[in-house]
Amino acid sequence: MTQERLISYAECSARERLALLLDPGSFHEWLPPRDRVTSPHLAQLGVPSAFDDGVAVGRAALDGRPVFVAAQEGAFMGGGVGEVHGAKLVGLLRRALRERPAAVLLLLDSGGVRLHEANAGLIAVSEVMRAVLDARDAGIPVIALIGAANGCFGGMGIVARCTDFVVMSDLGRLAMSGPEVIEASHGVEEFDARDRALVWRTSGGKHRWLSGDCDALVEDDAAAFRQAAIAAMAALPASRPVTLDALEAEHALLSNRLALLEGTVADAGGDDALTLWTRLGVADASRIPDLEVADVVSLRPASFGTSQA
Amino acid sequence: MTPIPPGLETLDFRFDGVRTVPAFAPVLVGVVGSGNLEVMLEPDAGAGCAVRVQTSARGFAPIWQAVLDDFHRRHGLSGVRVSINDMGATPAVVSLRLDQAVQELRP
Repeated sequence: MTQERLISYAECSARERLALLLDPGSFHEWLPPRDRVTSPHLAQLGVPSAFDDGVAVGRAALDGRPVFVAAQEGAFMGGGVGEVHGAKLVGLLRRALRERPAAVLLLLDSGGVRLHEANAGLIAVSEVMRAVLDARDAGIPVIALIGAANGCFGGMGIVARCTDFVVMSDLGRLAMSGPEVIEASHGVEEFDARDRALVWRTSGGKHRWLSGDCDALVEDDAAAFRQAAIAAMAALPASRPVTLDALEAEHALLSNRLALLEGTVADAGGDDALTLWTRLGVADASRIPDLEVADVVSLRPASFGTSQA
Repeated sequence: MTPIPPGLETLDFRFDGVRTVPAFAPVLVGVVGSGNLEVMLEPDAGAGCAVRVQTSARGFAPIWQAVLDDFHRRHGLSGVRVSINDMGATPAVVSLRLDQAVQELRP
């Protein structure tokens, strides 16, 4: 196998990711920057708007198949979901109900709700969740790709876990509360947001893979994300249905995970991710942070299945 | 000390172009982030080059004038509308972004 130069997915802008992920020249944008559909709130606060409100949405081809796609730009307002940004995501997902693409791809890079827009942003995120579930209910697979610099937190973390399939790189992070939020609410003794190793052990791609929260773990490489998205589409001819059985299985998985950590706080290992990995059956868990992605992929406990597509 | 009024500042500039750009698809470069800006170029009917800047850094109109004078000396575009959203980029960054946008002009 010839080794081609990797292009860091994390370091790309949203539009660079679209160009590298999709079939060349296939992206057709809806509400492009020249339409100037911008935030109605930011200017009142003295904050400049972006011509696309921090997200590009449209249709495209991936490996020749029709897809709908959205890419969030984390460098604008931390990828925060404002009223317009959220409405663009919802519109994309609703249009998918009508035009039935082979999949909807969400290239996520977001700290969650854009707090400047307060309730409008919160409502927007809840509408995105509803729209994702509606698309899945109609049989259209929704695939989340997480490997950008801001990770995927807050409401968008919930959105990601509402999708069918989550692809992450080891640099990607996925959680509800971000590191600074946990530190602010529980204190630095509980969680030191400047401890990068701790942050990645707790929310990074390797952790999410080992604990069964993502479906594919890839290198920080744009081509690897493209291949993983193609494989995910092949594995999902239709959306995985959201049934009561599926939800109860998910709840059982989470309850079992919590039970694994019971009584650990007093132990030497504490409630660190290392303890969880060990109790999940990963041998010699302390070496995980230093391992290559390919080596970590094979260490996932068999109970989570082999959904690495 | 004079109080600085809150909010964005909008600045408009106009230059007489010498190099008419053939029809092109709109170009967007850069991202609105701290110390950064986005620049959009669009075709514009008529001669000349109109520039509109929206910036969170108020009170720098003379600096913008100087940076855009330099830009116009380098490229002298005509039939182009330039729109900028700025979050406190330095003059050097503004110049580089403007040049990057011109480089990406394609029919």
